[in-house]
Amino acid sequence: MTARDDILKRAREALGGGFEQPAAPPKARIVVPEIPREARIEPFFRAITNLAGKAYLAKSFADAREYVVALIGDGPAVASNSPLLAECGIADLPGVRAGFKDPEALRQACASAAFGITSAEYALADTGTLVMLASVEEARMISLLPPVHIAIIPRVRILTGLDELLWMVPQPGLSTSSMVFITGPSRTADIEQILVRGVHGPGEIHVLVI
Amino acid sequence: MTGSPQETIHETLVNIRLQTAIYTSTARLADHRRTALATLPEYEELRTQANLIKRHTIENLGFYLEQFESNAKAHGVQVVWARDADEVADFVWDLSKRKNARLIVKSKSMTSEEIDLNERLAHHDLEPVETDLGEYIIQLAGERPYHIVAPALHKTRYDVADLFTEKLGVPREVEIEKQTRIARSVLREKFLAADIGISGANFLIADSGAVTIVENEGNIRLTTTAPKIHVAIAGIEKMIPRAQDLAVFLKLLGRSGTGQALTVYTSFLTGPRRAEEIDGPDELYIVLLDNGRTRLLADREKRESLYCIRCGACLNHCPVYRKIGGHNYPWVYSGPIGAIITPQYMGVAQEPWLPFASSLCGACGEVCPVKIDIPRLLLELRTEVHADEAKHGQGRLERLGFRVWAWVMRHPRIYEMAALVASAVLPDERWFSKAPGLLNHGPLKAWLSQRDLPPVGKSFRQLWRERRKAAE
Repeated sequence: MTARDDILKRAREALGGGFEQPAAPPKARIVVPEIPREARIEPFFRAITNLAGKAYLAKSFADAREYVVALIGDGPAVASNSPLLAECGIADLPGVRAGFKDPEALRQACASAAFGITSAEYALADTGTLVMLASVEEARMISLLPPVHIAIIPRVRILTGLDELLWMVPQPGLSTSSMVFITGPSRTADIEQILVRGVHGPGEIHVLVI
Repeated sequence: MTGSPQETIHETLVNIRLQTAIYTSTARLADHRRTALATLPEYEELRTQANLIKRHTIENLGFYLEQFESNAKAHGVQVVWARDADEVADFVWDLSKRKNARLIVKSKSMTSEEIDLNERLAHHDLEPVETDLGEYIIQLAGERPYHIVAPALHKTRYDVADLFTEKLGVPREVEIEKQTRIARSVLREKFLAADIGISGANFLIADSGAVTIVENEGNIRLTTTAPKIHVAIAGIEKMIPRAQDLAVFLKLLGRSGTGQALTVYTSFLTGPRRAEEIDGPDELYIVLLDNGRTRLLADREKRESLYCIRCGACLNHCPVYRKIGGHNYPWVYSGPIGAIITPQYMGVAQEPWLPFASSLCGACGEVCPVKIDIPRLLLELRTEVHADEAKHGQGRLERLGFRVWAWVMRHPRIYEMAALVASAVLPDERWFSKAPGLLNHGPLKAWLSQRDLPPVGKSFRQLWRERRKAAE
């Protein structure tokens, strides 16, 4: 008997059934508060700041670009293929490499980059979270390998929280193989419960809302 | 571990450095939890919901396992079933041979600790490297995790400094921030060179065929992204029906474990990299592990132990764990949850003292985010231990003692007489210290070595009568 059949058989015997379509599970608990779009920025920024991240409200694409230029200097930086970054004029800044299609080349670039610049699909206001979906526009590595992560996101993409996200995207796997929530800079407290930022992921995170 | 449980526990109790480490770390974690829950008014409602969802899933686990499998396969996942530790190790060994792989990066997984995967893989001449800072430290030290969420809780910065110098050949460094940098740079090389990444899973999502994994360091993201092959190992009980149920579980898990509204990273992974995506693993294997879980499942009274989401809150609040620490428990799962699942996985006869390592204060049940009634389960297991001992003809004297006690308690006149005799024979406030020869060598010796008996004065009945008389 295969391990699969054996385990399922044991489970069947243990439960005296439990394999038929069960009665519906308890209703999913999704509670979306009604908070107008403009009122989400302030709590979102507060949450990011509490996590030791930096938040900035950019007045325009050019303003966002200025912020990035001031931050990265000559780089080296890697930018994602998000059209938003191109619109901001960030993808073609000096010191920024973008347009990667090949995973190996991207990995090499990210491993030596000081900055990773991405957009984000959504943001969650109450926890200060960025929601990253892997796609042709966004690679997984850019927000992960470089020590500083800069994310630029349109204001309309700020959701109230996890519940609203799961209400809008009840099955994330239908559109991407990887949905990652980023809530502040990488951290650990594994030695003496003392907080250290920037372990394996970025130790610094900047969120620009346009 | 060497020595009897009593000996090793005694060593822990007299180790002041260790006592301080356990006390301060668990206190911090408990404080963080309390602060985080203060901002979650719906906490009790979420706990109830989490309990109901887990109950529903476990009671219908067969259905959800099959649903999970078919959805995972639809997204290109290769689902692997494993009855036990050997089958997991054989699978990874076989995969490594096929892919010509040797270096394996691992992210923290209690399930892989449970099956001693590192030892088994090293035996096959593979090189598994733990990448969570705490796990890396204990791997270098050759130990097992001290705590479900803080594996190196017992190590001070000075221990880590010595360990890094000895094992990595780096100059001695006692600053925690710099120690973290050292680990980062060593492990970054491993990530970029590794052939396979092995992770655990916090949740299996049946309606998506997905795994969800939470972390703070970024090592799980690297483990599941950098190597071409990702293997996720999950106990079959990690199942929840829907992605939407994460709205309940993620809010409870982060807060209960480390006091975070959400951990820094939450990865929701559905299959390997898709054609249009730029990076990610080419292959994803999800190993569904039984290793005794179906046996627990068969026990209607105790199957709720399978609801556990491994947040560690019961450890941080347990007066026993906070004194004896993690390594005195016989298995990788320590604290109250360890005390209930270890005997169920291994059989109660294996470590019969374990369900008794509790004051039954109830704190574990109170803080459990999925409302596992741990105190009740401890009592059930105690009953089982006694039944097992009776079967083997042990504990006769104790049973006789309790039978006599029960009989006396059912006969008020005799009880009263016994109390009178006791207070006449043993009139002193500290009668036990005056009567060392009496009980100090008998079967109660071990019990009394840790306890003072209450002073025997006037009995309740005597006092009652006297006061009534005085009041008249």
